[in-house]
Amino acid sequence: MKTVEDLRRLREELKSQMRVRHEGGTRIIVGMGTCGIAAGAREVMTAVLDEIAKRKLEDVVVRQTGCIGMCEKEVLLDVVRPGEPRITYGKVKPEHVPLIIAEHVVNGRIVEDLVVGKIIE
Amino acid sequence: MHELSLHILDLVQNSLEAGAQTIWLGIVEDAEADKLTIRITDDGKGMDEATVSRATDPFVTGRTTRKVGLGLPLIQMTATQCGGHLSIASKPGQGTTVEAVYQLSHWDRPPLGNVADTIKTIIVANPGITFYYLHRVGHKAFFVSTQELKEILGDIPFSHPEVLAWLDNYLKENTANLYGGVQP
Repeated sequence: MKTVEDLRRLREELKSQMRVRHEGGTRIIVGMGTCGIAAGAREVMTAVLDEIAKRKLEDVVVRQTGCIGMCEKEVLLDVVRPGEPRITYGKVKPEHVPLIIAEHVVNGRIVEDLVVGKIIE
Repeated sequence: MHELSLHILDLVQNSLEAGAQTIWLGIVEDAEADKLTIRITDDGKGMDEATVSRATDPFVTGRTTRKVGLGLPLIQMTATQCGGHLSIASKPGQGTTVEAVYQLSHWDRPPLGNVADTIKTIIVANPGITFYYLHRVGHKAFFVSTQELKEILGDIPFSHPEVLAWLDNYLKENTANLYGGVQP
């Protein structure tokens, strides 16, 4: 069974590997109001975290937010690449997550079919 | 919602919206007393008595994006349908404690569900807060403090892929261990 000691060892390994710390990486934000959770936000979030671990993405920041009023379009997932508009994806299912990560987060190509909003920040 | 661990995520979002910096989550299964208790305490902005008394009314909400708030009413409904209750204690400026009690053996009690994924979400998506999680099942207990984890990690974020892999295994194995090796 994994222990906190394993995390200590991992931290030591990572310390020696880490060279450049990426600042201001891509942000992924999942809506976690009651509406979002009921529509499957936790499963979408879990898919995001699994994909980050699988693809070994080191400069992605993951956050949750509350209800923004588009409850009928939940699960809502936003991707914000540094210096680019905030893209909101709607009715996101866990099976959409690998596509959004591969296309948008990694390669910078917006998955137009799933977009419900765009905000220039 | 089909899992109590989804209601937990919902309650934590309430605490975050109240500006909490520290959130304590306790889950206690006591087979002898036939009770399952979920308690969330935060140091958010709190509510006055009048607001507390209206908090389980679905047509009252703190948000401005729409006019209904279903989180607490839904939890109250499942708890009371399962021989339990929901209670809220709060003071302005001091934070809020929400406690949901269920009859453990009740036919209609939703399963706790994937509590490991709920805890992982809370920890990774909210690195700015301090989160404590204590889960007791009979004589077994599992405790997580993000303060301890952050002290170990230093400048490495929870969203680092290797840390995520550790966290996933750590939470899944330890929560399953409480239930004799199977997911709750």
